[in-house]
Amino acid sequence: MVGNLLLAAIVAAAVGFWLNYRESKRLRAAGNKPLSMDTAYGLYALLMIGLPSILFVILWLLLNGYVTQSIVMASLPATAFTPGDVGSKSLVLSEIISVSRGQIFGTPEPYKLEAAEYLTRLHSSSVILAWVGVGLIAGLMLVYSRSRAKSGFRARSSVESIITSLMIICSLVAIFTTIGIVFSLVFESIRFFTKVPFWEFLLGTNWEPQIALRADQFGGSGSFGWLPVLLGTIVVTFIAAIFAIPIGIATGIYMKEFASRKARMVLKPILEILAGVPTVVYGFFAILTVAPALRSTAAAIGIGAAPNMALAAGGVMGVMLIPFISSFTDDSLNAVPRGLRDGSLALGATQSETVLKVLFPAAIPGIVGGILLAISRAVGETMIVVMAAGLIATMTINPLDSVTTITVQIVTMLIGDTEFDNPKTLSAFALGLMLFIVTLMLNVLALRIVRKYREMYD
Amino acid sequence: MSLSLKKPNWKAIMSGARYARRRRGDFVLRMIGLSALTVAIGVLVILVASLVQTGHHAFTQSFLTLNVNISEEYVSAEDPFKGRYRNIINEAILEQFPQVTSAAEKRNVYKIPTPSAQYLLRDYIVKNPDDIGKTISFAVPVSDPYDQLAKGLINPDTLEEFRRLKNDQVAWFNSLKADGLISSRFNTGLFTNADSRFPEMAGLAGALTGSFYALLICFVISFPVGIGAAIYLELFAPKNRITDLIEININNLAAVPSVVFGLLALAVFLNWFGMPRSAPVVGGLTLALMTLPTIIIATRSALKAVPPSIYEAALGVGASKQQAVFHHVLPVALPGILTGTIIGLAQALGETAPLLLIGMNAFLTAVPDGPLAASTALPTQIFIWADSPERGFVSRTSAAILVLLGFLITMNAVAVYLRSKFEKNI
Repeated sequence: MVGNLLLAAIVAAAVGFWLNYRESKRLRAAGNKPLSMDTAYGLYALLMIGLPSILFVILWLLLNGYVTQSIVMASLPATAFTPGDVGSKSLVLSEIISVSRGQIFGTPEPYKLEAAEYLTRLHSSSVILAWVGVGLIAGLMLVYSRSRAKSGFRARSSVESIITSLMIICSLVAIFTTIGIVFSLVFESIRFFTKVPFWEFLLGTNWEPQIALRADQFGGSGSFGWLPVLLGTIVVTFIAAIFAIPIGIATGIYMKEFASRKARMVLKPILEILAGVPTVVYGFFAILTVAPALRSTAAAIGIGAAPNMALAAGGVMGVMLIPFISSFTDDSLNAVPRGLRDGSLALGATQSETVLKVLFPAAIPGIVGGILLAISRAVGETMIVVMAAGLIATMTINPLDSVTTITVQIVTMLIGDTEFDNPKTLSAFALGLMLFIVTLMLNVLALRIVRKYREMYD
Repeated sequence: MSLSLKKPNWKAIMSGARYARRRRGDFVLRMIGLSALTVAIGVLVILVASLVQTGHHAFTQSFLTLNVNISEEYVSAEDPFKGRYRNIINEAILEQFPQVTSAAEKRNVYKIPTPSAQYLLRDYIVKNPDDIGKTISFAVPVSDPYDQLAKGLINPDTLEEFRRLKNDQVAWFNSLKADGLISSRFNTGLFTNADSRFPEMAGLAGALTGSFYALLICFVISFPVGIGAAIYLELFAPKNRITDLIEININNLAAVPSVVFGLLALAVFLNWFGMPRSAPVVGGLTLALMTLPTIIIATRSALKAVPPSIYEAALGVGASKQQAVFHHVLPVALPGILTGTIIGLAQALGETAPLLLIGMNAFLTAVPDGPLAASTALPTQIFIWADSPERGFVSRTSAAILVLLGFLITMNAVAVYLRSKFEKNI
């Protein structure tokens, strides 16, 4: 259906292209020379017809469902749901939608059947509206662009200004994404903070989001203090950093200083594979191999370890970060001016002295920037901890205990839950906001350090 | 006063203890680097080895060949879809064990073929209605515990109470094997079946289709938008604060955690726009937003690498700025751009967290019939299977990961090839 609408828009645009192209050719043959090439006239029509009609189809697609459903909901009798109760409202709506699709379970109330029929009728008239809209827009633009094709018309500059504005819109998509992220996080977080006080969230030391959804259900009252979750995140990140930083830096130094050209050709792609392995694979690796191995080692020494201990998740996350830190080390050492190295070697320093006492100190800002970026990655990393870390938030820094992280809580709060009116799901957005702020600060700091460092030697 | 210049005794210096210590520093540093590298590569080797070791089992599947009698008592020729195929299968398997009489034992015997065997037979008969009333030989996958036994993953020598299959069950299976009814085949079901509760029937077809649609949509959106943005920022944008802001923004967006994009998709696409849950179209849109910074950054560096003489020569012979870019600079930069795009898509293919938040981890036993239908994706399927308690899913998960890694390695190989071509052109 949508495909047909888009196809119609494209066909109309192609027809416009052809008409204008022929007209330009005709003008050229008749001796009044058009100011642009024939294809420019054609492209003008193509863009003028295609863009607005495709935009209309996309807008219709976005609004269609929402508008028809709100009309149906407004038409329902007042007794259908208690006003202000979002949950029951969305329940009624989803039942009406499934009835209108022909999936009837039990015997729904007659008003729901009626509403479902109304929804189907509205939907079909909305489809007709879409066809009329596309036809109208494409037709009008076809006539307009055809009428512009005169010999004095500068088609190329018109086309170019359209393309320039398209490119500007493309570069604004990134801005809109950021705005979308900030708005959705802030908006849902504000809704969360109307239910749970801000300071309780920020300073509370108890995270038990399992709340009773219905009055008759058994469940905790729910407490949302994020500090244990934050502590868990710090523990896992710290373990990852302890693994990754020394190994990453040593690997980077070896790759830059000691590996032969041939060895680099082989080793670099291998490290890139390590960086390119999806995190869900690392997560499975952690539960399949690493955690059992660590647990049996711990049992052999005679200390107890939780099955989903922080050490397994953190260690595997560290492995993920090694190539990241090593390539940053490599790059930073590369950026140190050759004069420093040559001077040091000329004074009689050995290679290790040159690396450790001259090059490495000079490269430290770049390496620190890389480490900060790696830490920001570790904080935001999701799948490894979702699969290998725990769910229960405890105030502990023991790496053999089970801890939970911000990202784990976000995912567990939102898997399979679509209602947006209880603090449990909304708390995921508050955690997401905190995660966004923390990683953003780390990134900005890291990028600033890296850039400053580059300027120092450029 | 005369300055006496003494010639240094090089021989003594070069063989002295201090010099030896300094030289040893070189060796130590080299060894530290080498051992770090060994650790990194060693982990990779262990990772791949453990995946292959557990995953290779899933590429074969044991089949049980039964002589099934499609009697008209159970299946009517008018409506073969409604036949009682379970009875047919049960009778056929019971025929092999005339000694089994008690009801409890019979129930255990019925569990040797997969519980989905009746549907496999139904689908076969619906396609071949001529076979009604005949006795045909029909191969069905055996259920997971017996498959594990056939692959040697259940050791019949361990104590009976620690084993999933009891002694009589092992004996039944061995007698079937002795009769030549058990065969091991390449597991095509892994690629042609959708998900299932039974490991022996679970496959990746749904996940592969979902990932394909999601990546297609991701590509269709992020490729043109990314190139457009990169060309504008690199070649047309005026140097001012807004341009700086956009650049900083793109760099930061590249480092935003993927789960935050999932939250964005959940709040904006699903909640505000009311797009369908679990649909690849939403997954593709989300992945497109995540891939965009990668493509923009790669395209900009590819455009930077094109010699300015090409651009200037085009302007010199009278091309407009856009003609110079689109007709001359862009074609030269295209292999580089494609390299960046493929690497970005490979990242998107392995991305899991945002897809979990938009519900692409649903349990679905049908292959999605379009980008708007509910679906899983390859990484979320891995996540679902990794969470499943049945033993058979461990090897399925590893196999699915091997399939995913196969796709990623292929994509990256193509990218490397294109990059070498690009570097040759410049």
